[in-house]
Amino acid sequence: MSEVVVPLLDVAAPSRGTLLRRRVLGHKGFIIGVALLCAIIALALLAPLIAPHDPYEQDLARRLIPPIWYGQGRWAHPLGTDNLGRDYLSRVIYGARISLLIGVAVMVISGLIGTTLGLLAGYFGGRVDSVVTFIITVRLAMPLVLVALAVVATIGGSLTVVVLVLGLLRWDRFAVVTRAATQQVRALEFIAAAECTGASSLRIILGEVLPNITPQLVVVATVEAAQSILFEAALSFLGLGVQPPLPSWGLMIAEAKLYMFFSFWLIAIPGTALALLVLAINMVGDGVRDVTAPEAAR
Amino acid sequence: MLAFALKRLGLALLVALAVSALAFLLLRASGDVAIALAGEGARSEDIENIRRVYGLDRPLVVQYLEWLGRILRGDFGQSLYFKTDVLGLVADKLPTTAWLAVFALIFALAISIPLGVTAAVYPNSWVDRLCLALAVVGQAMPNFFFALILIMLFAVMLQLVPASGSDGWANFVLPSITLGYYVAPPFMRLIRSGMIDVLASDYVRTARAKGLSPASVVMKHALRNALVPVVALTAVQLGLLLGGSVVIETIFALDGLGYLAFRSITNMDLPVTQAIVTMLSFIYVALTLAADLINGWLDPRIRVG
Repeated sequence: MSEVVVPLLDVAAPSRGTLLRRRVLGHKGFIIGVALLCAIIALALLAPLIAPHDPYEQDLARRLIPPIWYGQGRWAHPLGTDNLGRDYLSRVIYGARISLLIGVAVMVISGLIGTTLGLLAGYFGGRVDSVVTFIITVRLAMPLVLVALAVVATIGGSLTVVVLVLGLLRWDRFAVVTRAATQQVRALEFIAAAECTGASSLRIILGEVLPNITPQLVVVATVEAAQSILFEAALSFLGLGVQPPLPSWGLMIAEAKLYMFFSFWLIAIPGTALALLVLAINMVGDGVRDVTAPEAAR
Repeated sequence: MLAFALKRLGLALLVALAVSALAFLLLRASGDVAIALAGEGARSEDIENIRRVYGLDRPLVVQYLEWLGRILRGDFGQSLYFKTDVLGLVADKLPTTAWLAVFALIFALAISIPLGVTAAVYPNSWVDRLCLALAVVGQAMPNFFFALILIMLFAVMLQLVPASGSDGWANFVLPSITLGYYVAPPFMRLIRSGMIDVLASDYVRTARAKGLSPASVVMKHALRNALVPVVALTAVQLGLLLGGSVVIETIFALDGLGYLAFRSITNMDLPVTQAIVTMLSFIYVALTLAADLINGWLDPRIRVG
C-alpha cells in the first residue's frame, strides 16, 4: 500500500494576521483616510518648518492679498493674507495644531470617563448598572450645545476651557457603547474561566474585557474626535471658544465673515481644511469598523 | 403595566430633578453672576448690593430649592436683558424654532428617501455613489460653513432669498436647508441599508413572483417596512436639530429659541438661559418617557425586563 497522504495542513486557511492585512489593504476608504490624516498630522507637527511666515505677524500694507490662483496673488503668500495682513497659509497650517489638539484631548478625557463608567456598568451589572444608567440618562437629557456654550461663556473662552468642558460633557457615547460591548463580552466563557482561576475583577476588566472591546472603542474615539473638532469650530465661530489671535479654523471663518462678499476664499480655505480633517477621521473610523466587524472576520 | 408605568414615571421625575439641579449648579458655579450683572467697572459695594438684592449671598442649595419651587409654579422669573417675563419670551420664540425643525426634517427626508431608495435599488450605480458622497460630505462639513456658502450663493449672488432676519417664510428657506442637510446623512445611510435588507427578504420576492410591477414592490411593500426604523431615528435626531438650531438661527438671525439662547448666553441673561436649558431637558425627559411607555405597551417583554 503506497497511498500518497495529502498533507491537509498545508492548504489551511491563511492566518488571522494575513486576513486582517488583506482586509485593511483592500479597504480603499481606510487607506485614503489614514493617508490624509497622516498628512494633516505631519503638517501640524512640522508647522514651524513648513509655514512660510509667522502666523501672528501682521502687515497692514499687505492686507487681503488673494491666493495665487486669482492672478494678482504673490508667491510669498500662496494662500493670500487676511484682513490684518497675516499669511493665510501659515495660519491654516498652525490651525491644524489646534483642531488636532482639541480632537485628541477631548477624546482622551471623555474616553477615560465614558469607558470607566461603561466597563463598571457592563461588568458588575445590578445596582452599579442602575446607577451608571441613571448618570448617562441625566447627561443625555442635558442640551449639550447650550450647556457647553453657557459654561464656556461664563468662565471665559480659552483652549483649555473648551477642552475641559467638551471632555467632561461628551463622554455619553463612550459610556453607552462600552456598556453594551462589555455586557456582550461578560457573558462569554473565557470570562467565567478567568473568574475560576481566581483573577481579580480589576484584572479581568483590564486584561480580558478591555482588549476585546477595543475595536468598538476605536470607532467611538474617531467619531468623538471628529465631533469635538466640529464643536470647537462652531464655538469659536460664535466667539465663545478659542480666542484671537489663535488661528483656530472656526475663528478664522468668523473673522473673515465681514469680508466674505469680496474675498470668499477667506472662509473657503479654513472651511475646506476643517471638512478635510473631519472627513479623514470619519474615513478612518468607518474603515476600522468595517475591518474589525465580526461579519467581516470570515 | 401600571407598575411598569409608575416605575418609569418615578425614574423620569428623578432624572428631571437631577438635570435641573445640575443645570442650575453648572450655570451658577461657572461664574460670578453678581459681577456679570453689575457690568464692567462696577464698584465692589455695588456688587455686594446686587448680591443681597438678588439673594445671591445665600447657600446654593437654598437658592436652587427656591428656584425649583418657582418654576414648578410656572414662574421662570424676569429676563435681565429684555426686562420681560421669561416664559412669555420663550413662548414667543418657540414657534419659529418648531417650524424650523419641521422644515429641516421635511428637507432631510425629501432628499434622503428618494436618494436612499434609488441607491438601494441600484447599488453601485452613480446614484448610489452620489448618495454616499452627499452623506460623507454632510457629515464632515461644518454646518456654519455650509450656511455661509448658501448665503453667498443664493442670497448674495442670485438674490433669491434673504440672507438673514425673520420677517416671513422666505427667511426659513436657507436655515431649513442648512439644518436639514446637517441631520440628513444618518437618514440616507439608514434608508439605503434598510431598503437593501428589505429588498432581499422573502416577502418582496413573493411580491415580485406574483407579478407586481417593480414600482409597486418598491414603493408599497418595501419602503413601508424600511421606514419603521426611520421613525425611531427621527426622535434621536431631534436633539441634533435643537442643538444645531442655536448655531443656524444665530447665523441667519432667525428669531427663534436658539437665537434667543445664544443672545441670553452672551448677555449673561441667566434666567433666560436657565429656563431654556431646563425646558429642553424636561421636554427630552418627557419624550423618552413617552417612548418607553409606548414600547412597553407594544412589547410586553420590555415591561418585565
